[in-house]
Amino acid sequence: MESTATKPQFSEAAKAEIARICKQYPEERRKSAMLPVLHIAQAEFGGWVSPEVQDLVAEVLGVAPIEVYEVSSFYTMFNLKPVGKHVLEICRTGPCMLRGSDELTQHLERITGAKVGGPASEDGLFTLKEVECLAACGFAPVVQVREKYYEQLDTQESVDAMLSELRNQVHRPALPWEETGLPNAVANN
Amino acid sequence: MGRKLLTEHINVEGIETFEVYRKHGGYRSVEKAIKTMTPDEVVEEVKKSGLRGRGGAGFPTGMKWSFLAKPEGVPRYLVCNADESEPGTFKDRQLMSKLPHLLIEGMITSSYALGANTSYIYIRGELLYVLRILEKAIAEAYAAGFLGKNILGSGYDLDLFVHPGGGAYICGEETALLESLEGKRGNPRNKPPFPAVQGLYARPTVVNNVESIAAVPVIVNDGGDEYAKIGVGRSTGTKLFSACGHLNKPGIYEIELGLPVEEFIYSDEYCGGIWKGRELKAVVAGGSSVPILPKELILKTAAGENRLMTYESLSDGGFVTGTMLGSGGFIAMDETTCIVRNTWNFSRFYHHESCGQCSPCREGTGWMEKVLHRLEHGHGHMEDIDLLVSVAKQIEGNTICPLGEAAAWPVAAAVRHFRHEFEWHVTHAKEAAQPGAVYRPSGVLV
Repeated sequence: MESTATKPQFSEAAKAEIARICKQYPEERRKSAMLPVLHIAQAEFGGWVSPEVQDLVAEVLGVAPIEVYEVSSFYTMFNLKPVGKHVLEICRTGPCMLRGSDELTQHLERITGAKVGGPASEDGLFTLKEVECLAACGFAPVVQVREKYYEQLDTQESVDAMLSELRNQVHRPALPWEETGLPNAVANN
Repeated sequence: MGRKLLTEHINVEGIETFEVYRKHGGYRSVEKAIKTMTPDEVVEEVKKSGLRGRGGAGFPTGMKWSFLAKPEGVPRYLVCNADESEPGTFKDRQLMSKLPHLLIEGMITSSYALGANTSYIYIRGELLYVLRILEKAIAEAYAAGFLGKNILGSGYDLDLFVHPGGGAYICGEETALLESLEGKRGNPRNKPPFPAVQGLYARPTVVNNVESIAAVPVIVNDGGDEYAKIGVGRSTGTKLFSACGHLNKPGIYEIELGLPVEEFIYSDEYCGGIWKGRELKAVVAGGSSVPILPKELILKTAAGENRLMTYESLSDGGFVTGTMLGSGGFIAMDETTCIVRNTWNFSRFYHHESCGQCSPCREGTGWMEKVLHRLEHGHGHMEDIDLLVSVAKQIEGNTICPLGEAAAWPVAAAVRHFRHEFEWHVTHAKEAAQPGAVYRPSGVLV
């Protein structure tokens, strides 16, 4: 795995978000914030959690690094290897398969040049990942990219529209906690 | 046209905001419960309603609530299970993203009934955008005085939080969900102790599905007896069905329990029939874990009557001729569907999602997937078919949580009802391995 030369640090906005999240659990149960903090870490550090980033998460939560490793390796949403700018998570489970997800996967491999489970496409734009049920079975076939669902990708046009939307994102979209005016759900602080 | 209790206002513009939701009668149940009822009276109404857990197990919600231990001076929790991951099931996602305040209202009224001062909504990690919608709505509810300290001047305090998962189907199992909420791997716990005694942080906890909690405001507003009048027998009220697969109009439908399955599939009000003018071949009626039924058996019960969308009618005849209502994930398959391929796909899902804690499930799901893979790809043997049934049997009942059964039932049912198709995959291995090849009773390839 790649190692970063300098120790990763959360941005001020992310630190504030982490502080907000930690207040949702009893003081002595800070470990409960593990999954939300890993999500923030993955979004902050290029779409994957390196060992150094996981160590940082352990430090923030006050737990042993192994406690983070065993969690990050259990849940499929956390990428343990570097990924392209956009990770296309293609649902391959029953209902999506019935409506053509196998063909969609082949099509996306052809167009992007990336292989499912392999490294990112040569231009660094796309990583292809097959995932199990995304709970959008009625709108199959479905691809999830970050927090957005692209549904009914059963025509050339719909796939092209998705890819061109992703290609045209010159800058990465703002993360929710970077936007100003996000309502603070915690009343008692 | 059936009554819509949960989704009546789902298409109203702006219903996701507090203001519009309130204008349409929102949060009345919180006012009624907190101002005019004791917590026990709320529990009693839920008991009277006959509401059964809408996540899949169908256990009576009021009874589950009454099991909650209430030792003095110990906090207790309500946790909403929004980890919807059962293939075929996508109702909670729609409900939460379009009617976030309905779930929040249900959480407040239910928490009051259970005496919980902190409650969590555990939502599957993939639905981060729904989490944002819920957090925004929760902030509105705090601002309006329906959450926080001294709600409506009653002295009752409640904090409500949303917690994301990380992509693991097993976390839909209630004890795995609690482990995950504590920041650990989602390994199910041994029961007993049940969560009602030792749940989140080893405190008494109730875990309920999104749809169950969303039904509570209706029950409190109209009374449990009124709710119980809807439906058939012990299947009371309305239920959301998420219909998908080869249907003309896949989507989410709220129905009064008791609608004939045939009407649900073919009427224009609901799924509008099978797409492309094809014939129906089979249905998985309650999410991928429930037994598959061929067309004839899904439309008629063991007794030859119309099969109804109720807990009892769908399971009529047991697993030989029946299935389960489950989570309401209704997957229809047309005549061009290869049952072997479909079963292999489901098996791959369960193998992927097994947490690996119990050997029968960890090894068995992988074994079934491997055997189904070779049958589908033209390398199977006749003995493989019985081997599948035997492995499925050895998983069933031998695991800590029900994921074992969830993996075993679809395989056992597919072999029971479509054995000829599995045999054809052995006798016509080369043809069967062609992409898109499907067995037809006439022996003609389509």
